[in-house]
Amino acid sequence: MLETLSNIFHLIFSVNFILTVITASTPLLLASSGELVVERSGVLNLGVEGMMIVGAACGFAGDYLSGSITIGALCGIVAGAATAGIFGVLTLGLAVNQVATGLALTILGVGLSGLIGAGFVGERIVPAPHLYLPVLTDLPALGRILFGEDPFVYVSVALIIGVWFFLYRTRAGLVLRAVGDNHASAHALGYPVLKIRMLAVLFGGACAGLAGAYLPLAYTPFFIPGMTSGRGWIALALVVFASWRPARLVIGAYLFGAVSILGLALQPLQLGVPQQVMNMLPYLATVIVLVLISRTRGTAGSAAPASLGVVFVPDR
Amino acid sequence: MHDVSSKTNSAGTAPLLQALGITKLYGTFCANDHIDLDLYPAEIHALLGENGAGKSTLVKVMYGLIQPTEGELRWLGDKIVLAGPSEARALGIGMVFQHFSLFENLTVAENVALGLAPTESFKEISERLAEVARVYGLPLEPGREVWRLSVGERQRIEIVRALMQNPKLLILDEPTAVLTPQEADQLFIVLERLKSEGRAILYISHKLEEVKRLCDTATILRGGKKVATCNPREETAASLARMMVGANIGEVKAASGRSTTTPKLVIYKLSLEPDDPHGTRLVDISLEVRGGEIVGIAGVAGNGQDELFAALSGERLSPSDGAVVIEGEAAGLSGVTDRRRLGAAFVPEERLGHGTAPRMKLSENALLTGHAASGMVKRGFIDKPATLAAVDKTTKVFDVRKAKRDPEAVSLSGGNLQKFVVGREILREPRVLIVSQPTWGVDAGAAATIRQALIDLAARGAAVLVVSQDLDELAEIADRIAVMFHGKLSAPLEAAQATRETLGLLMGGADTGTPGGAEEATHAAGP
Amino acid sequence: MQLALERRAERSTFIAIASPLIAIALTIVTFAILFAILGKNPVEALYVYFIEPLTDSFTLQEIAVKATPLVMIAVGLALCYIGNIWNIGAEGQFIAGAVCGSWLAVRTNGTDAGAWVLPAMLVLGAIGGALYGLIPALCRVYFGASEILTSLMLVYVADLGMDYMVRGPWRDPAGLNFPTTAAFDPVASVPILFEGAGRLHAGSVVALIVVMLVTVLLGRTIMGFEIRLVGAAPKAARFSGFSTDNLVLFTFAVSGALAGLAGIIEVAGPIGHLDPGVSSGYGFTAIIVAFLGRLNPIGILIAGLFLALTFIGGEGAQISLKVPLDVTKVFQGILLFYVLACDSLIAYRIRILRPIRKASPANA
Repeated sequence: MLETLSNIFHLIFSVNFILTVITASTPLLLASSGELVVERSGVLNLGVEGMMIVGAACGFAGDYLSGSITIGALCGIVAGAATAGIFGVLTLGLAVNQVATGLALTILGVGLSGLIGAGFVGERIVPAPHLYLPVLTDLPALGRILFGEDPFVYVSVALIIGVWFFLYRTRAGLVLRAVGDNHASAHALGYPVLKIRMLAVLFGGACAGLAGAYLPLAYTPFFIPGMTSGRGWIALALVVFASWRPARLVIGAYLFGAVSILGLALQPLQLGVPQQVMNMLPYLATVIVLVLISRTRGTAGSAAPASLGVVFVPDR
Repeated sequence: MHDVSSKTNSAGTAPLLQALGITKLYGTFCANDHIDLDLYPAEIHALLGENGAGKSTLVKVMYGLIQPTEGELRWLGDKIVLAGPSEARALGIGMVFQHFSLFENLTVAENVALGLAPTESFKEISERLAEVARVYGLPLEPGREVWRLSVGERQRIEIVRALMQNPKLLILDEPTAVLTPQEADQLFIVLERLKSEGRAILYISHKLEEVKRLCDTATILRGGKKVATCNPREETAASLARMMVGANIGEVKAASGRSTTTPKLVIYKLSLEPDDPHGTRLVDISLEVRGGEIVGIAGVAGNGQDELFAALSGERLSPSDGAVVIEGEAAGLSGVTDRRRLGAAFVPEERLGHGTAPRMKLSENALLTGHAASGMVKRGFIDKPATLAAVDKTTKVFDVRKAKRDPEAVSLSGGNLQKFVVGREILREPRVLIVSQPTWGVDAGAAATIRQALIDLAARGAAVLVVSQDLDELAEIADRIAVMFHGKLSAPLEAAQATRETLGLLMGGADTGTPGGAEEATHAAGP
Repeated sequence: MQLALERRAERSTFIAIASPLIAIALTIVTFAILFAILGKNPVEALYVYFIEPLTDSFTLQEIAVKATPLVMIAVGLALCYIGNIWNIGAEGQFIAGAVCGSWLAVRTNGTDAGAWVLPAMLVLGAIGGALYGLIPALCRVYFGASEILTSLMLVYVADLGMDYMVRGPWRDPAGLNFPTTAAFDPVASVPILFEGAGRLHAGSVVALIVVMLVTVLLGRTIMGFEIRLVGAAPKAARFSGFSTDNLVLFTFAVSGALAGLAGIIEVAGPIGHLDPGVSSGYGFTAIIVAFLGRLNPIGILIAGLFLALTFIGGEGAQISLKVPLDVTKVFQGILLFYVLACDSLIAYRIRILRPIRKASPANA
């Protein structure tokens, strides 16, 4: 018993484990950073999973055909933004229910990715290279963690810092928060509510697409249908967990990343728990965290943007 | 068209902003019908009219929020087209909205910054905010979030935001609707000062006395058309009212010699935490309403009236059963349906979305409150003919005008829908009726019908509790009036003693919440 | 030129009926174009998809078999969605029902248990689905957790749970190490309606009964009114004396039970044993069915048959046109988008705005 615990302890604090956690967390961080901006503008896009899976398929296709990670990533970004564009046209242009449209986007995304990726199943690409800086990367322990990641990891960190700066330090960010807080007032002051929201939705789609592309480009160097396996939904839960605040989002993303690979990491220890149960962990953890977060918030007041998910039709 | 370019006012100044033949159609509905309006510098111009007369539509056109179907605007004689509010602001038009255009979760300074051109830094804005607030005597804390502020403070933000644009024309949409009489007086001082600085002010209101006191010119709208432009100081309140309404309104006659019976609604030491973090806490509220009387609850919006209504209707349960007693039965822990079965009926403030489901038919909306105790449901199945019969009866007795027998609630005009909502409850002959803002946003004719129905119901022996922000309405129908402030309820005053001034003081928080007040109320109730 | 939405004074009844038809027509046109781009003859492709399956009695029965779980699940989901309650975990409830019902089939396998087994399995399946559906409902009612996310997360949990059962305790020892239970006994199987002619089974009759019961529930009873009112105007519903919380529990339990029932019928009917592939996404496709049927039980019956047609047609197309099966999923996704877009026209009309700059000629 004690030995098992100590084994687990050693595993969790090993450099390799931390490196895997960072890799597993990066797609969550990328996707949820985008969704955070979307929700802050007052739009609930439940289609993150769909945008991610399309991004994964297009990202892989782009890389496979061009041989370039950058082009693959760009393909993922464009594909995510394009599918988000459909969502935007429906929910903003035609005032369709956002929940239903988000679900539709996921269903369409799963189908589309299967169609796009059908020809690429079983193919391999060269995964994204990891940074190597002489001396720095060779530092013990922290060296590889700080200076030896793949480029997406640095992009994801830059992205969430950028999102924080945008929301709280720029005027455009203030306008975006205002639109999410009260779209009628923002409209009355002359801000183009639907245009701002459309831009936010496209940004969210681009982030989700990049997050999806990360999976075949860096996480596993091949494409499998349905390879996002619920990460898009976990990203949505993360935004709730983070109370719509960027700093908390980082913590949440890494926490969930850790939980999601715990099952895999503990496998060699032969704990006697069925693998399926270990694989349930990220999903169960999401449910439990949602319950705990929502419960504590009941007394402290809601942190959600006040206009979240509410249809807005301007009066002309 | 008449020549407008050489127009001047008595002082010989040319108009600042002219509206010429402004027309706005929504489908076939004509919200504004060829309206002309001239606004001059250093003048307070009233725009008078009932709800639905087209005042808000006209000012939205003048602020660039909506595009007129026909007609044009001229600024200092030149034709202008306003594609949006930012263009209006750039010209020098500022606006203070009736329903504030504020962002609850942002700070005062952020709210102000959002109303200004993006050229200034946030720091400069904060400094200028402090300066303007000091100069005009409108104190504000820049770092506070709006949801923490009172209604009066919120309006100050709107005004300061407009003033920071240094407007040549300031439009205020019903600014005193949410203020105590004393707060309104302070606002008038600010407006006089702005006028003396040479600014034009367009003041939208339906309060005649206020307009007579403050304004130099008045333009009266009725049914989307301009009726007259006059000097309000030369008119009487009655003559202004006639122009506004178009005919003499039937006087509401109080039933003479109303006799009161036993208490039918008792609220006893009711305290309740709000369920919404931005809500108001109810503190130790006690009141009795006897059969045959109408008790009014006055107060500025947001002082706990909504929370009190929810606690009385049973939408929120009280901490103890005895806190709300209906017809002698403790009902504080009973839900809405059970309270209706005890003989209570409720009319909430919000007609659409609370009192009715907007996109449901009237028969379904009859079922909405009738399912509890009106024989419309048999063994779980809906008796459709019974619901239709209820609609027909309400239509007939309360003269509800509608396009077909059973339309969706949202298709009715405000006045007709309110008559339906009030009539739906009154025709069930409740022994206790609790009604919030019974004539809010309703035309004069419908308002008179509704007030008369409330008086008649009380005359038939029911206890009626009316929550209203309209002091004139309470003076007209209530026997006793209590005032809500910060979640506390004052001891009720006999209507005869309840002058505007005393009520105004109570509404502003003077002399309430003393234990004596509450004690008195419960003592008066007797055993 | 610019387009803007304008709220209609009254909902357009004509468009309410026409909107799914318009959506189907638009989807078919989109697909014809897509096939043309892929170099297939669009007329031939559409024939394979939509007409060919209707020409023979075996495929007609297959359509009904495929539609049965879709309709049952979608009817339950419609109850939720009308009430603005978002159960998107029907897939998990389907699996939960299949697993719970299968427990009895596995336990009695090879024994001489009588005809009571199948009815008991159906009851267990419904209870299992209902209980699994109640988890997100309870999380929402007592803790305020979004039912959208929790119900979806539980799909993955149910899937893994079933995977464990069929690979572990319930694996058929004679199954050559395949992850599957033994084939169910005849007393644990849903009977075929027309022996020898196809796979149409008694479960389709159950689906029809469910459609009728829910039609009555929604249209005629106070419970149905409550569901509609909570969805249309939650504040008015509270004022009416209805509790959203109770409704969340009720609709999740009912939709979970129907999904669970569909699950056990599918396992005990066309499939005949439990294996990890029993669901093939019925719980998600049913979302499309629910919306395509305008959340109306009769509409859902028609929509379920139509989507089943696309599945069967898609299988045919895979063989004769060499197009991947995912084309069917894309078709369904695009269809759902068109349905939602057309639905918007029920409450709004689209107006073409004249450019602002030219909008106000000085009127004479």
